[in-house]
Amino acid sequence: MSQSAILLRCTDITRRWGGLVAVNRISIELERGTVHAVIGTNGAGKSTLINILSGEIDASDGRVELLGQDVTTWTQPRRARAGLGRSYQRNTIYPSFTVFENCRLSAQAMAQKPWAWWSNAQRCPVSTAAALDAAVRSGLVDLLERPAGLLSHGQKRQLEIAMCLATQPQVLLLDEPLAGMGAEETERMLALLDELKKDQAILLVEHDMDAVFRIAERITVMVNGSVLASGTPEAVRSNIDVQAAYLGGGH
Amino acid sequence: MDLTTFLIQCLNALQYGLLLFLVASGLTLIFGIMGVINLAHGSFYMVGAYMSFALAPIVAATFGGGFFATMLAGTVLAVLLGYLLEWAFFSFLYEREHLQQVLMTYGLILIFEEARSLLVGDDVHGVDPPAWLAGSFALGNIMTYPVYRLFISAVCLALALGLYFVFSRTRLGMMIRAGASNREMVQSLGIDIKFLYRVVFAAGVALAALAGMVAAPVSSVYPGMGNHVLIICFVVVVIGGIGSIRGALLAALLIGLVDTFGKVLFPEAAGVLVYVLMALVLLWKPDGLFKAG
Amino acid sequence: MNRSKLLFVAISFAALALFPLASSSYGIDLVTKIMIYAILALSLELLVGSTGLVCFGQAAFFGIGAYATVLLSPDYEAPSVLWLLPASMVVAAVYALIMGSLSLRTKGVYFIMVTLAFAQMAFYVIHDTPLGGGTDGIYLNAKPTIGTLLDLDKSLALYAFTLGSLVAMFGFLALLLRSRFGRALAGIRVNEQRMRATGFSTYPYKLAAFVISGGIAGLAGFLFAVKDGFVNPEMLGWHQSGAVLIMIIFGGLGHLRGALIGAFAFVLLQEFFMSEAVFGAFAKHWHLGLGLSIIASVALLPHGLVGIPSQVRERLTGRRNTARDATTAEESL
Repeated sequence: MSQSAILLRCTDITRRWGGLVAVNRISIELERGTVHAVIGTNGAGKSTLINILSGEIDASDGRVELLGQDVTTWTQPRRARAGLGRSYQRNTIYPSFTVFENCRLSAQAMAQKPWAWWSNAQRCPVSTAAALDAAVRSGLVDLLERPAGLLSHGQKRQLEIAMCLATQPQVLLLDEPLAGMGAEETERMLALLDELKKDQAILLVEHDMDAVFRIAERITVMVNGSVLASGTPEAVRSNIDVQAAYLGGGH
Repeated sequence: MDLTTFLIQCLNALQYGLLLFLVASGLTLIFGIMGVINLAHGSFYMVGAYMSFALAPIVAATFGGGFFATMLAGTVLAVLLGYLLEWAFFSFLYEREHLQQVLMTYGLILIFEEARSLLVGDDVHGVDPPAWLAGSFALGNIMTYPVYRLFISAVCLALALGLYFVFSRTRLGMMIRAGASNREMVQSLGIDIKFLYRVVFAAGVALAALAGMVAAPVSSVYPGMGNHVLIICFVVVVIGGIGSIRGALLAALLIGLVDTFGKVLFPEAAGVLVYVLMALVLLWKPDGLFKAG
Repeated sequence: MNRSKLLFVAISFAALALFPLASSSYGIDLVTKIMIYAILALSLELLVGSTGLVCFGQAAFFGIGAYATVLLSPDYEAPSVLWLLPASMVVAAVYALIMGSLSLRTKGVYFIMVTLAFAQMAFYVIHDTPLGGGTDGIYLNAKPTIGTLLDLDKSLALYAFTLGSLVAMFGFLALLLRSRFGRALAGIRVNEQRMRATGFSTYPYKLAAFVISGGIAGLAGFLFAVKDGFVNPEMLGWHQSGAVLIMIIFGGLGHLRGALIGAFAFVLLQEFFMSEAVFGAFAKHWHLGLGLSIIASVALLPHGLVGIPSQVRERLTGRRNTARDATTAEESL
């Protein structure tokens, strides 16, 4: 696979809050065409990790490389513009805007032109085209004019992803996209992720073990901020430590 | 500046700072615990001062009492006023957005101003301190210092200690602190949060009114006094950190120092200095000096 | 829905244009004052309603614009509007740049207080130092002109110029809010974190909003200084900042016409309660009526005066109009 490339790499990422170590020397590589899932119990540091990778909080130690560049000191907006998209565990859609406007405004990040005060944003060719594309791929094309606040929960999660896609990122950091979804919606989302990973690299934080083992090429298990195990789904599933710490009691 | 003048300014700074603290403590409590921005808080200070002026003859005639009896009567009335005001007006503000609270309490300021104007008029009045506090004592060879100003500091300090005691040592204080951090939990524990809020609010009003009464002999009683103290109190609360009594005390003393010495050393810039201080503090610590508690 | 709003605005401006034909000089003076406040309210609406930045220091830009107008004017000859007006706006905008760049480090209530602090700083500089001419204020000796075309000393000319400025600012903001810049501001208002995660560096946007807002407020200050021929430090006072805030909340946040309606309603309400014809000797206690009106309006009109039609509609039909909540760019009118 000549296209296979490391799109995002983090090395020895550590985050301390005073005396507490929330994330301890995590190293992950994201390849194009793969879904890399990060699983762990609550408080394992998964959200902190995503926040560090996306730039929302600083790492105490370690390095983050995006598309070959060292972005450790870059702000979140700058990383986003460079091709790093993220979705949130809670809904961060704009409820008072239409579905289309949600996507279009997100797409606008790549074509901002703030000085053109006279030109109607709705006529911006770049953002409107990218918005339509993102909405189609997320299955929301029939709901474009609906106020986002009136969507069902599953549709809102779809919109959350659509907003992510609107900037056409190369790397996607998805924080529990399946949260609160029913069976049918989950299927739809997994199909979408399967589609997406062809050209992108996806980091997926999830609690839904069935989904994770179905879709991920690699899995990293985190416990108390450190990596317990990392590898292919089969390797992780048969890892004794993982079974004891995490998988044994639940699924 | 020689030592005596310096000492006098320090005492003035202390007195001003402690007085500010008294008013600001009510404001930060109401803000921190109930989440209400109350622009009318300065009006309570003004009400207190005017009460000490208006009640004095009544108290003298009815009870034969003097300064302290008037203060007691005024405090009781202030508590009642606060209780009533919370029940009739402020309890509706808790759920509203800050902007709406700003607007409604701004309307309240206007109403208080006119009510005072109708009831007591717009004149400026002096209030006499009690005779035994009206003297001065010698400071150094030439200067003297008014005893009453020390009295103000003493009263404010006593009240500050009282507040600290209530907050950290009593059940009521514990409930109030709990209510500040987790309203639902406190309610589910069977504590009447509405009553709690009413008590806190009444206390806040009483503190401000008491400050007005205590300050009246020194600052005299004039229509704009509420607005002036309000703005400074907001600065105190913001510098100290919203909801923090400790912060309010530190900030009030800081402002007392800056304002007092500023007036002496840089008279033209005196008004600005307090705001420069606030801007500097907030640029260093955008959430104020202390967290709530 | 947009048609009716556009129509409302157009009719309002037309009415304002025709008003001098039917009015006394007192009326012209009053409406000029209202229009100036409307421009000031529009400037604050950009910050509060459109970007979600509650600025409690708008009076600073207003007063600085006014003082700049007077201080930059030559002593005896009439200055030209063509340089004096932009100069006043620039001075106000520069202070907005300073205030914004430092205030935007804070959030929430602290932000509100820092903006107040910066306004108070400007107030005290004007009030206490020789720069501002002291507490009594200073006079504008010669009203500005545009050559021989326009003499702003004439009340009708000033009325027309003010109306023109109001329409221009309204139009400018309407375009700005539906542009990409304006949409970004709207996104920042709703969820700034999300905007950052998407790729918008939000600080420059907010700062730009501050500067534009300051400039427009400076324009209002220029007009006010020209109208009265006099400026005093109270123009920078927090009461003035509070009054503008009340105007836009009263009118209805998130709508440009709310600023217009709010300015009109506030000043007219004030005039009403101050009129001895209605209240006789009680008129000097007009603060009471105003205070009660403000409280009543917040309690009864949660969306401001602009929200009255939909509130009435809800009452009559018994249905909530949920489509109202969805906004695209046009809705900000």
